[in-house]
This record gives sequence, structure tokens and C-alpha cells, in this order.
Amino acid sequence: MSGLDVTAISLRLGDVWVLREVTIAVGSGEIVALLGPSGAGKTSLLRVIAGLIEPDAGSVTWDGHDLRGEPAHRRRMGMVFQDALLFPHRDVAGNIGYGLEIGGERRSAIAARIEELLELVGLSGFQHRDVATLSGGQAGRVALARALAPHPRLLLLDEPFVALDRDLRDRLGAEVRELLKRLGVPALHVTHDPHEAALVADRAITLAPSGDGSSIVAT
Amino acid sequence: MPAEGWLHLYVFNRSRVLLVALALVTASGFSAACGTGGTGGTGGTGGTGTAAAVPAGPTTVTITLVTHDAFAVTESLLSEFAERTGITIKIAATGDAGDVVNRAALTAGNPEGDVLFGVDNTLLSRAVQAGVFEPYESPAASGESPALKIGTGGVVTPIDYGDVCVNLDDEWFAAHNLPEPTSLAELANPRYKGLLVVENPATSSPGLAFLLATVARFGAAGYQDYWRSLRANDVLVENDWTSAYEGQFTSGGKGSRPMVVSYASSPPAEIVYAAAPKPLKPSTSVLTDGCFRQVEYAGVLAGTKNQAAARTVVDWLLSPQFQADVPLSMFVFPAIVSTPLPDVFVRFAAKPTRPLTMDPAVVDHNRSAWIDAWDQVTLR
Amino acid sequence: MGSGDVALSPAPSSSPTVPTSSTERVSPTAQVIRGDDRLLVRPPSAWWFGTVPMMFLALFFVWPLLNVLVRGFSADGRSALTSMTTWHVVAFTLEQAVLSTTLTVVIGLPASYALYRLHFRGRRWLLALITVPFVLPTVVVGAAFRGVLPPSWLGTLGAIVLAHIFFNLAVVVRLVGSHWAQVDERYAQAARTLGAAPYDVWRTITWPLLRSAVLAATSLVFLFTFTSFGVVLILGGPTSSTLEVEIYRRAVSLFDLPGAAALCLLQIVAVLVVLVASGRTQRIRGVRHRIRRSATVVPRSGAERILVGATVILGVLVALPLLALLVSSLRVGDRWGLDWWCALSVSGPRSRDVSAWESISTSLTYAVPAVVVSVGIGGLAACAVAYTRRGHELLDSALMLPLGTSAVTLGLGLLITSARGPVDLRGSWLIVPIGQALVAMPLVLRTVLPVLRALDPRLRDAAALLGAPPWVAWRTVDLPILSRALGVSAGLAVSVSLGEFGATSFLARAGSPTMPIHIAHLLERPGESNVGQAAALSIILLVLTASAAAVAERLSWNRQATT
Repeated sequence: MSGLDVTAISLRLGDVWVLREVTIAVGSGEIVALLGPSGAGKTSLLRVIAGLIEPDAGSVTWDGHDLRGEPAHRRRMGMVFQDALLFPHRDVAGNIGYGLEIGGERRSAIAARIEELLELVGLSGFQHRDVATLSGGQAGRVALARALAPHPRLLLLDEPFVALDRDLRDRLGAEVRELLKRLGVPALHVTHDPHEAALVADRAITLAPSGDGSSIVAT
Repeated sequence: MPAEGWLHLYVFNRSRVLLVALALVTASGFSAACGTGGTGGTGGTGGTGTAAAVPAGPTTVTITLVTHDAFAVTESLLSEFAERTGITIKIAATGDAGDVVNRAALTAGNPEGDVLFGVDNTLLSRAVQAGVFEPYESPAASGESPALKIGTGGVVTPIDYGDVCVNLDDEWFAAHNLPEPTSLAELANPRYKGLLVVENPATSSPGLAFLLATVARFGAAGYQDYWRSLRANDVLVENDWTSAYEGQFTSGGKGSRPMVVSYASSPPAEIVYAAAPKPLKPSTSVLTDGCFRQVEYAGVLAGTKNQAAARTVVDWLLSPQFQADVPLSMFVFPAIVSTPLPDVFVRFAAKPTRPLTMDPAVVDHNRSAWIDAWDQVTLR
Repeated sequence: MGSGDVALSPAPSSSPTVPTSSTERVSPTAQVIRGDDRLLVRPPSAWWFGTVPMMFLALFFVWPLLNVLVRGFSADGRSALTSMTTWHVVAFTLEQAVLSTTLTVVIGLPASYALYRLHFRGRRWLLALITVPFVLPTVVVGAAFRGVLPPSWLGTLGAIVLAHIFFNLAVVVRLVGSHWAQVDERYAQAARTLGAAPYDVWRTITWPLLRSAVLAATSLVFLFTFTSFGVVLILGGPTSSTLEVEIYRRAVSLFDLPGAAALCLLQIVAVLVVLVASGRTQRIRGVRHRIRRSATVVPRSGAERILVGATVILGVLVALPLLALLVSSLRVGDRWGLDWWCALSVSGPRSRDVSAWESISTSLTYAVPAVVVSVGIGGLAACAVAYTRRGHELLDSALMLPLGTSAVTLGLGLLITSARGPVDLRGSWLIVPIGQALVAMPLVLRTVLPVLRALDPRLRDAAALLGAPPWVAWRTVDLPILSRALGVSAGLAVSVSLGEFGATSFLARAGSPTMPIHIAHLLERPGESNVGQAAALSIILLVLTASAAAVAERLSWNRQATT
């Protein structure tokens, strides 16, 4: 039972059932794509897994251990948001190193890790850049680096490339897959584009519009 | 709340920064100019005005004397006092007696100083009721005429007295061929239209004294009519004595009014302040009818932290040196009967034989109503 | 890679009726708002932030205000309400407020058109010039007009009205103008092709679109002129006295505290009425219309050209009092000189008078704690309002109350209360900064709150997922973003503190006046020296407040477009 197990999650926001009895699993080292049209509740599912929002029913477990009651800041799950969502008051290095600072790492160790990650995402030397000056693709990469810096056990990606153009999306998709495989980090990648899903993931799951879980097996 | 929109109004154009730069440049320019050229002469009489009194010897105590603008004392007396007793007197003077008393009443119990000088018989009850003073009458007060101590109840000590009268510019009257008025009632005569300036009784103690004089003369029923006729005669009301005497009075001042409510002892002042060669007699005189006797007191402020030193200061105000200084510094009469008076005072200060007075209790009871009514009749 | 089959399970039988699935994209933020009670990552509870501001308000605002009300309702107080003087004063207050407001709006409307829709050289400078008076301390405005008006005008209705127009023009011009700039002129063009004459166009097209902004500006100007203190104190006289000045006079000159308190009551009621009325008119919603990019056009018609000319003249008229101030500070008798400026460092004719330099240092000394308190309390208050889940409108209004209460009432309340309160603050010089902080705090709140509200809550999510517990997230995300806004509001608070006159005139001690108080004192006494010094000191005050506001503007994130 290693990895993530999401069992029968139901979530109601306001008077709409956004998720109903959704069950998925992500094994260790796996990259799973979560497909579905807009409004299907994919983002909500990610937020439930991350511990940002409390489900009405169901459970989330990691390696068999129930995460209910575990606050978000202790779940060790990285998240890459739709519009990068970099901290505007910090530069690139400040963003990437944030998780490590919170964790109380030594400054030298943090600096080394930042450099390592920047190299991994192909943005060497960007430490002191102002995040407002980054292009869409660059911001996405920094967001990825930031999420990966504190060694998360699972990476959640919420349509990280949705704002970028096709070519960039394809390129980044392949890079992300390669990076995650290299680091051995399992990931749940939300997207509405099946092509992207095929590029990035090992398999794909589709959420029906009303949040029901149904599956398509993909290679 | 519509306030939201207006916050944006605080957002300036960047041109504001130019203003700042301009200011800095001019500021440095000024400091250069002031240092060399300006002597600050026109702004004040002193170079660098220091707080009164020179600390000397083993001074440990500073007493703040709260008083009004008209307080004056020869500087050497202050330093002599400091040397002798080790007490430095810091003078905090604002406005008129009315201002001073009101501030003291508003801060009663938590005073702005240690000793208050300048409360007079028309305002005493207000101060006492507000709990301004800690009762203390200086033992030296035994040298005063008992009449001065009526109404004090031992809470404060009389220091000086004077008479509030209408002052007349003799030269002006002579030049305009107008006979001077000889009574209060005559002031309402149309031939004196536009010639009188008085002070507002709400804000000025001579103003209040004059109002009380009219009440004493014409009665509580008749004084309003009197003021109506004064108003019809174009009387000018100023807020305080300085604005009236120095601003509006023709004699010495730049004003256009030859009649002003002031003190019976103002004529001698004229001679004292005149440039040499001194005139033989003053160019102003006093309307002796309708003068109001005003007594000034000093008291220890309740809540002072320096009680003993404060009492010493009050005692000093009755000392022979201070009392002898009173006539030529403040132009009123010293309370201690045996004090020698300067020659110019003896000759030219008018001493009305029958000044008007009023029972302090009566004053206390009716003051606000009378001032309000006066306000209605004269100003509104 | 296993083939993770996901079992398709039927909808839970206990679920309510199946909602129709919407295909419209629900933004993550909308989801956040809808599912508010489900959120697990939140900012720290509003209680942590709200307690201190509420206690501050209770101690220094509510309690003193209650004291004032109680005194006012007493028998002595009631007699002040029945006095004829009072009703004359109320009538005059209304009269000057109505007159000032009407004229300001009438003059301001065409000016706002010229400055926001027409293009001509020097437009930006003219706009800035017209804005300057609004940020001047009221005492400086009074002093400036003393310099420019003939002596016979002093103490008249005309002087007060003129000064009010000068002061408030910016409100109308900027509020209405920025709104007008966004109205698409093609509406008017369409109307004309349908046969509407110019007046009809105004009546049926332009005015309805402009109405809400004009009403907002009108009520604001009315409020300001109704509660105006500094201007009326300096330019008014016994027959031209407003409620504010009357409160002051009764307390300080007549020592009639119950009477003053009764007038405060009257004032509070009047302000409430005005606020409610203006709130009602605000609800006349502005019509939704197409917003055009605000671009200015070169004046074409003769009327427009005349309008531009008139606006330039208006600018000159606005500059006049300020120039007069400068001139009277430099004019010594028949010559020019720096005498009055040098005199500032000299104590008055009697050695005991405070020198103007001392008043500058006093003002600056008071400004420091005033700013610290107002920014601290205001910042905490903003966090409380932003983080509270329910009832934030109520909390917001409660914290803004000092703004709606006149400064004179605030000062009087503090003065009365200190005498019998648990802590006698009158002895403490802190009472002055506290009074000033009360006045400045709502401004801080209004500056900081929008920044907090604009903060994307998902940033906190990101921080949490990177390992930050709630307080750490607040410290490393909210606070740094806040700090810029705090800096801006600090600049505003300095400006307010230096120029504050109403409350400070009650609270400052005799020997240590602030700059505005010293200026007022100087203007009370006759003599060219006093007037000259007052002018010089006013200019210094003007520069200090303007600089503080300018620094605030440089720090400000949101730069209002003035094109």
C-alpha cells in the first residue's frame, strides 16, 4: 500500500457537490494524470489531498497512514499552482528556498539546494531575479523548483501549463516528466488536455463533470 | 462611508517631490542668510530669548509660574530670588486671565505648573469651584488692606489691584475738538459713535470687569439696553487687552479708536515707555466714572509636586522687592499698603474715589448668564 | 505501473438531489469563497488582531464619548441647547456648508471636465496645483487667506466660503473627473444622432452616468465643510461661528463643559444624519456602462477652449493664497527680507514666549508616537477586518467611527475623561499623540485593508504546503506584503499628525504648542511680525506635511492613473 490512497472522497461547496465518492491511487514513483473538463472538481481534489480543504466524506492515506487531522504544513506534499503563484515579495531564490527556510535549514545548505534546483529546471543564475519579470514558462519552472526543494513525498500539479502556448507546453511537459522520474517523486498531474496527459503521465484517470470517478486506462 | 474615495486624493503627482527639493534648497539658503545677515531684531527684542531666570548656586527646584500675558517683572529680581532660595522660576504665560483660569480649571488636579498668578476677583469663584487651588494664604498678607481679601476664603493671596476704566486719548479729543465723556452713560451718545473699543468679557478679564461695571451701574435689568445702545454706537469688540490697546487705541497704537477699556494706571505707562525726552504728562487720561475694582491673586495649584517651594514663591510675590516693582512692571497698585510708589505713579495714575465693586458670590452666580446675554446683544 | 482501476460507485444514497453540473469554469478563488467553512488553511484568527484595536477604541474613544454624552444630557448641558446663540450657530453652520458645497460643486464640475477629458499643455501641473490645498493643514489655509483677503472680509461668511471652496475643490475635481474620464463619449454622440440637443444630452445621458460620483463628492464636501474647524476659527468671527468652533469656545473660553458637551451631541446627530442621507444617495447605484480607456482629447469647440481658459484662471486663483503666504512671510514693512524667518528661532518679545522652532520640535516629537500608535493599531485593525469570517462590515464601521466624529469632540472627550478616568493622562504628554492617533487610525485602516484583501489566499496555501504553520505563514507572507502599505500609511499618519488642529488644541499644554497651534496664536495677536512669522511657519508646516505625503506616494503600490 505504498503511495497515495484516496478513498471515496466527497466534497460539497456551497450547495454543489463538487466531488462524489472519488477513489484514486498513486503508487510510489508513479505519475498519474487527472483529466476532466472544467468544473469537474479536479482542483478541489488536489486541495483535499493537500489538506487545504476538509472533505465531507472519505479518507486520504499515505503509505497506509490516514492523513486526516494532519495539517497541510505537515503533509510534505508539494503543489504547483495554475499561475505559478510565486511570492511577489521575494526573488527567485527567496521563493525556491522558502520551504527550506521554514524547515530551519542552514543558509549554506539552502543556497546549495537552490543552485541545484535551478540547474535542474534550466534556470541557472536566476537567483536574484525579480519574479515579476519572469516569463510564463520561467515562472512555471521556478514554481516547480520551489515545490520540489523541500523534498516532498508527492507532487501535486494543478494545470501548471494552462496559460502557455502549445510548443512550450509540450516541451515543459516532457521536461517535468524527466525531472520527476529522475528524482523519483510520485506526482498527480491535473490537466484538461489528454495530449499533455499522455506526455507527462504513466496513466490517466478521468473525472466526469459531476465529480464522479470513472477510469480510462492509458499508456 | 464615503471616505473610501478620498484616500486616493492623498496620492500625489511626482511633481510633489520637486517641492521637497525646492524646500531643502531654500532651507539651506535661509540658514546661511540668517546666520550672517539677520539679527532677528525685528522679530523680537531679545537675541536668543532664554527662559526667564538664570540658574545660580545650588539650584534644585524649578517652579513653573502659570500666568497671563500681562505679567512682567524686572529680570534681576528673578535671578536674585534664585540665588537666595535656590528656586528657579519658569514663567509659562498664555493669553488673558480668562484663558489662564480656564486652562487651569480644565487641568485641575493635574496642573500645568505649580503657582498660578493672575486670577482676579471676577474669575476667582470659577477657579475655586473647579478645585484649581490648594488653599494657602501667605502670612505676609497681613500687610494688606482687609478689603482686598474679601471673598478669597484664605485659598489665594491678593498680590495687586487696579481699576479697570475707560482710557481716553486726550490729544485725539483735542485735535478733533470733541469734549471728553465724563460718565458711562455718555459713551452711548451718538457724537462718540465709532470711537470705543472694548474687550470680550468671555475671553478677557478687563472685558469682564467692564461688563460687571455696567451691570453694577445700570442694574441687571438695564445693562442690556445700555449695550444695545453701545452697539448702535458702533462699539468695537476685541478678544483681549493687547489687541484692543496696542491694536486699536489711537494713542501709541495704530488704531482708530480713542477710547479703550484699560486700566487706571495706563497713563503712567505711557510716560515710562516714551522715548526721551519724556513728556511732562501723559497724553491719555481716565474716565473715572464707571471704573471697576479688580484684585489679582496668586495661589498654589492643587496637585503640585513642590508644595513648599510653591509657597515660597507666593510669599516672594508679597515681598517688598516684588511689590515695589509692581507699579512700573505691571502698572497696577501693590497690595501691601506700605509699599512706596514711584513718582510718576503718584502723579499720573488715576485713583477713582468710588470704584464699582460687586459681591463675588453675585458674580459667581450670574457670570455665565450675563456673558451669554451680552454676547447675544452685542455680537449676534 | 499498475492499472489502477477506479471503481465507479453510484452516487451516495444519502446525497441530496443531483445538482445540475455547470460547465462554466469555477475559478479556484470562487471555490475558496464558497467553501469558506471548509478551509483548513487560514490566516491566524481575527481575535488575535482585533483585541488591541478594540480596547484602544473603547478606552480612548467610546469611553470619552460616553462621558461627553452624559455631560451633554445633564441639566446644565440642556440649557446650552435652548440658548438662542446655539441655534444661530447651527443655522450659520448649515448656511455656510450649503453655500460652500454648492459653489464647490458648481465650480468643480466644469473644471473636472477640463482636467480629465481635455488635453492641453500643463494639464498635469494644473491638476496637481488644484490638489495641493486639500492636503494642507486647515490652519495653513486660514493663514493663507488671512494674507490674501482684505481686512474687511475677515469674520464674514464670504471669507469662510471662499476658503472652503479652495480647500475642497480637489475632492470634486478628482472624484468626479476620474469617473467622467471613463464615460464613453459615444453615448453622447449616439444621443445626438437621435436628435438630442446639448442640454438634453446632459440631462438624459451624461448626468445619469455621472450622478453617483457627483453625489458622493457632494456629500463628502458637505461633511467636511459642516465640521470644519481650523478655517472657521481663523477666518470667522463672533457672528460667523460654526458648531465646531462653538464647542471649542464654550469649553475653553467660557469653561462651560456641559454646554460644550451638549453641542457635541448636536454635532454628532447632525453628522449621523448627513452620513445616513449620503449613504442613501450612494445607493442610487451608478449605472453600469461601457468603460473607455481614459484618453483625453484636444479641445475642439469654442466652448471647450473657453473652459480650458477658465480652468487655468481657476488654477491661478488657487495659487494666489499660497503665493500670498509666501509674500507675507518675506515682506518686512516696505522691503523684502528674511526677518520673519529668522525670527522663528527667537522667542517672543517677552522672554517666556515659546519660539516657533520649539513648536516645530514639539510637533515632530508628538508625531513619532502618534504614527507608531496609529500605524500599529490601524495595521492590527486591518488584519482583524480582513481575517474575520463574519461581520467584517460591522467591525470595519466600528473602527472607522473616529473618522465620523469631529476632532474637537474627540479632544474634548479625552480632556474631560482624563480628569476622572482610571489613568489621568492629562499629566502625560502622551495624550496629544493619542488624540492624533485616533484621528489618523481610520486612514491607516483604509490604506492597509485593500492591500490585505487583494492578497491571494492561495499564497497562504502555497506557504502551508511548503511547511509553514499559520503564524509563520503570516509572518513570511502577509506581513512583508503588508509592510509596503504600512509604510504608505505611516507617511499619511505623519501628515495628519503634523497638521492636526481640532483635537490638539484641546490637549496640548500651555508651554508646548504644536505648529498649528502656534500659528493660530500668532494670528490672534496684532502686528506685522506675528503675521509674518505665522506665514513663515505655515510654509514650513506645508512643506513638512507635503513631504510626508509625497514619501507615502512613492511607496504606494497602487498609483492612481491621473491621465
